[in-house]
Amino acid sequence: MNFVLTAVCVLGAIALVAAIVLYVVSKKFAVEEDPRIGEVTALLPGANCGGCGFAGCSGMAGALVCGADKGSIEGLVCPVGGEEVMKQVADALGITVAIAEAMVAVVRCNGSCAHRPRIAAYDGLHTCAAMHATGAGETGCGFGCLGCGDCVEACLFDAIHINEETGLPEVDENKCTSCGACVKACPRHIIELRKKGPKGRRVYVQCVNMDKGAVAKKACEVACIGCGKCEKVCKFEAITIEKNLSYIDYNKCRLCTKCVDECPTGAIVKINFPLKKMVNTEVVSQESEVKV
Amino acid sequence: MKLFTFRIGGVHPQEHKLTADIPTKEAALPKAAVFPLGQHIGAPARPVVKRGDKVKVGTLIAEANGFVSAPIYSSVSGTVAKIDTSIDATGYRQPVIIINVEGDEWEEGIDRSSELENMEAHPELTAEEIIERIKIAGITGMGGASFPTFIKLCPPPTAKAECIIVNAVECEPYITADYRLMMEHAAEILVGLKLLMKAAKVEKGYIGIEENKPKAIELLTELTVEDSQITIVPLAMKYPQGGEKQLVDAVIGRQVPAPPAIPVNVGAIVQNVGTVFAVYQAVMKHKPLFERYTTVTGEHIKQPGNFLVRMGTPFKDLIAACGGLPDGDNKVLAGGPMMGKSVISLEVPVTKGTNSITVLTDADAHRKPIEPCIRCGKCVEVCPMGLEPYLLATLSAFKHYERLEQEDVVSCISCGSCQFTCPSHRPILDNILQGKGVVMSRIKARNQK
Repeated sequence: MNFVLTAVCVLGAIALVAAIVLYVVSKKFAVEEDPRIGEVTALLPGANCGGCGFAGCSGMAGALVCGADKGSIEGLVCPVGGEEVMKQVADALGITVAIAEAMVAVVRCNGSCAHRPRIAAYDGLHTCAAMHATGAGETGCGFGCLGCGDCVEACLFDAIHINEETGLPEVDENKCTSCGACVKACPRHIIELRKKGPKGRRVYVQCVNMDKGAVAKKACEVACIGCGKCEKVCKFEAITIEKNLSYIDYNKCRLCTKCVDECPTGAIVKINFPLKKMVNTEVVSQESEVKV
Repeated sequence: MKLFTFRIGGVHPQEHKLTADIPTKEAALPKAAVFPLGQHIGAPARPVVKRGDKVKVGTLIAEANGFVSAPIYSSVSGTVAKIDTSIDATGYRQPVIIINVEGDEWEEGIDRSSELENMEAHPELTAEEIIERIKIAGITGMGGASFPTFIKLCPPPTAKAECIIVNAVECEPYITADYRLMMEHAAEILVGLKLLMKAAKVEKGYIGIEENKPKAIELLTELTVEDSQITIVPLAMKYPQGGEKQLVDAVIGRQVPAPPAIPVNVGAIVQNVGTVFAVYQAVMKHKPLFERYTTVTGEHIKQPGNFLVRMGTPFKDLIAACGGLPDGDNKVLAGGPMMGKSVISLEVPVTKGTNSITVLTDADAHRKPIEPCIRCGKCVEVCPMGLEPYLLATLSAFKHYERLEQEDVVSCISCGSCQFTCPSHRPILDNILQGKGVVMSRIKARNQK
């Protein structure tokens, strides 16, 4: 009995001393954190994907609160939560915010097996990074998609997959949070974040080949040959040609789709436009391929 | 005869020296010659000709662009067709000069006679003049890496050269270009070595030859019996003995520290035997570098052979001269099977560094299925740089670049011994190279800050 009593007393005394020490320390060395950071963190999705540019959601919350104190949280967007979450955060912080337009990852290569013949076989390490470092890949195009799926691996949201038939990655735009992980993973910088557009409609050049027209066309039949027809037909100065490659500025593009009809190789595509209005049958087939 | 070799690691692949006894033939002139502007380590050369210009054999067509760079000379006479881009061995497009061949007219001043010019006949040549002529002739290392030769002869002030080591090892399987060169031009090579010794102001020259070339060892030993300055060093057969650092260890028994140290930090300047011959021709015959010895080989090639090739000749011409490619899919390597790079198209031209074209058939070229690592440690045993390849490969695959740098991945010489020896056929070197590339660019970025 004595035994038990001693043990209880000793342990109790240790517990008491420890409790006092802990209490004093916690008061003395307390780190004051803005309670709003915790609140905002709770509102954020908690994916810790890093898409916002911070290490995780609490980092983003800290930046948001800091920004709110300065009066603006412009430029801070949670790509995963999107508009909805940003609105909630703005309400919680008591400020108004202009919501950034939704973005989505687009794969700017249409060099499927049918369009871009394989001229060699690659037998090395099965990653795009390794293939890109060793050579131009299995086709004659030194710019296009390598198809090993580094982007698929990088995606935390299961939003990008390689289509077995075409050998190219396809983005599920409902799942894509535009965090940009695939953009960073692609050694050839094929994937770009573009505005999702009204009703998901968007027009872009589905090629990144900077070779001269004849060379590009020989390697891939749907390559941009830099002919400049799209640049001429565009009324909004949205299209620029640089290094034999056309680029459409999504901030200027009004989705008139004239360039799509004009493009001789079908390198410019339109997504999520109603099918019946299509004129060019070739583009229809491409569209259905790209569409998810 | 005591045989030397390097101390750490090494493997011994089958030799397959099919073409060792086939005398060198002059390859036919191509219809059009293609000269990549970046065929050496360093800045690509700058073109000095334009479309429509007439050039002769030995005309300067591109000048050195910066300190680490080399000029390029035309190997053919004809008209400049265009300055454009064309695919290189990797498949990426690089700037090139394309010349349509018309006749075979040489620049005046190039001594085409085969008469041997001795050192004694030219006492007026100073070290500076020899280096200048080597620089002007556009000579780069001809063993494969293509580093401008004159830079090696001007060591940094912190290091002092004590000897020249000629790399006549040719440890890669299949290749015999250097061997044939030694058999056919031994006397010229010795004069070239003397020139290099004078240029680097050293008193000692070594020629390292592996024992599988007994005739070359005998021939060169005979020629140097009365010469106390030059020693022929027979070496045991071991790959990668042709690596600079391994050769220095094998011949003079000194180990080169980790990068950025280079062989001259331990007193040695290593030059390939092909480079030495080119030096002889440049200095004594005023002939810039525009042709080289190349082996075209492979188990299933009908008539493999050794060729004296004008640079710019496409691979397909040389392969056609050997009876064409075997049927079916083939893997064509620029270089030997251990370190050669497979080419994506036969339009790729012979450049300063093309010592061999090796053709492997489909069956030989494919890799075996990858099995799990069984921790046997063979890769560690054979690594000539004393690294731990299995660890580097794993760190690289998992992108642990800081640790990778600590484990000294930059010392890797990409010899491929680890992958060659791995019983599980793991892509060890592929992974290491991937990580090494990232680490090198990180170091570069850090140094620029």
